[in-house]
Amino acid sequence: MNPEVEVTELVKRYPKRDVNAVDGLSFAVERSEIFGLLGPNGAGKSTTIGVLTTRVKATSGAARVAGVDVVNDPVEARRMLAVVPQGSNLDRSLTPRQNLTFHAAYHGFGQLDRNARAATMLEEFGLDAQADIKVDWYSGGMAQRLMIARAMMHEPRVLFLDEPTSGLDPQSRLFMWERVRQLREKGVTIVLTTHDMDEAAEMSDRVGIVDHGKLLALDTPSSLIRGLGGQAVLEVTINKAPGDTTDDVIAALVAIPGVERGEAVAAGAPSGGPPMAMPTMPAAAMASPPVTSPVNGAGPVTLRLYIDGTAASLLSPVVSALSGRGAELSNVHIGEPSLEDVFIDLTGRSLR
Amino acid sequence: MTSTRLPAPSMWRAFRAILWRDLFVTGKEFWVFLVQVALQPLFMLFVFARVLRAGGYVTDAYAHLLLPGIVALTAFLTALQTVSFPLIMEFSFTKEIEDRLLAPLPTAMVAFEKLTLAMMRALVAATLMFPIGALVLGSAPWNQDGLGLLIGALLLGCWVGGAIGLCIGTLVPPNRISIMFAVILTPLMFTGATQYPWMSLDSLRWFQIVTLFNPLTYLSEAMRAAVVPEVPHIEPWISLVALMVAGLTFTIIGVKGFMNRAIS
Repeated sequence: MNPEVEVTELVKRYPKRDVNAVDGLSFAVERSEIFGLLGPNGAGKSTTIGVLTTRVKATSGAARVAGVDVVNDPVEARRMLAVVPQGSNLDRSLTPRQNLTFHAAYHGFGQLDRNARAATMLEEFGLDAQADIKVDWYSGGMAQRLMIARAMMHEPRVLFLDEPTSGLDPQSRLFMWERVRQLREKGVTIVLTTHDMDEAAEMSDRVGIVDHGKLLALDTPSSLIRGLGGQAVLEVTINKAPGDTTDDVIAALVAIPGVERGEAVAAGAPSGGPPMAMPTMPAAAMASPPVTSPVNGAGPVTLRLYIDGTAASLLSPVVSALSGRGAELSNVHIGEPSLEDVFIDLTGRSLR
Repeated sequence: MTSTRLPAPSMWRAFRAILWRDLFVTGKEFWVFLVQVALQPLFMLFVFARVLRAGGYVTDAYAHLLLPGIVALTAFLTALQTVSFPLIMEFSFTKEIEDRLLAPLPTAMVAFEKLTLAMMRALVAATLMFPIGALVLGSAPWNQDGLGLLIGALLLGCWVGGAIGLCIGTLVPPNRISIMFAVILTPLMFTGATQYPWMSLDSLRWFQIVTLFNPLTYLSEAMRAAVVPEVPHIEPWISLVALMVAGLTFTIIGVKGFMNRAIS
């Protein structure tokens, strides 16, 4: 079966810019798949979505949605796709219900049909009690729900969601994801962009990580995480024995089979380095003692060990090695790498 | 692959739906529309024709000469503002137009829909101005023979006004919206031969030439040629051709501007 969304060697250069916003991007999304497009701000995600939704003209390359060439046949493509943008673009001259019925009218649905569909949608999205008030009175979460309902009015085959849950409360967020999963079950293909890595990992069947207009990685979240070097991390905060140095302690720990490398994160506080999801102790930085001394001086120091295998299995040899040197253990974190680590690993730490 | 989609609706169906949306919104706020279009010309008529006539500064003949000019101005500005203001807002702040830009019809058709709406609203405004003007003035000039020219000129004039509105709406950046009044609207209003016949400017040659660059001049002249043919005027066919040229020019620029805003 042909992919529902297909991007081939896509290039977009905006006028008067000397770099390509999208620079030879290729990927394909299968039917009924939830595909996450991740990348830092300005990476080219929105431009890519823009091309796929016929609002941005491609410089070169091809893009197809539901088998329709969006460049050569944008009118037909618009029948196949729907977009839920980041900010509200609801029609404020119309009521919520009219937003739905007029959208269906634009797409050629007859009056009876569109009224019935609007009623069903409003009920499904929990908006039927406030269907005939001013759109301006809607909260962010309600506006978002209405925009998804509107998008679904013309039965698109592919739904594009741009940062769908940014700014939503947890209830709206959960509701939103439940809906998205239901749509997938109905055969709708979903392409979303997000900055929320946990959400992307949980929701997406596959993710593509984009930066500087290029695709850096494309796989299931779990494969991407598995592919990350130094799969697990063990962080220990210790008070060294008098006379011992941090470098010597690290050398001793790296000698343990399974420990790939180690580094002093900071004197005391574990900061810097890739942020790891800490299942045992979520707020690692807060739980640690304050910085009191340089790395090789006296006082507590946090060491990060990159482990080949599971961190827990090396806990015992690490603790023995430390007590053998007279070091006093004050804190332990086991970190499993997350999609965010993959993201940071691929796109770097610098601010955009 | 099973699908429940409808057969492809024609783009005219989408066009009609989008036009219906705008008419529906106009109807919802019809009083706002009425006040918007009628208030300014009413005051103009009242001050220029009633107040100044009461003071003996102008004659009855001037009142009859003014009415077609004011109708021309109303039609022209209504068309212009119907397109320009909403477009500036919808493209920059509210993004409301996006849902229509994603409707299954060519993007340029959305621009043509705006022009169609502008013409419809402007024609309603012009039609209303005649009886309202007659009420203010106490009488209104009427010339049965000029009806064809009147309708033709109004249609063309509304089109030109809408097309200029399309240019303004897509080319003026939103932070310049207030300057638009001073720099574009005011000169358009006062160089358009609405309050004076163009022929009467013979003694003010430079200004007479300036007014030739304002399409509104040709609408005003054609309107007077239709309604008060005894007043010296530019040959109607020249006015109609000038309006057509202006309409085509501004439509091309405006639709181009629209496409640039709609598709980056």
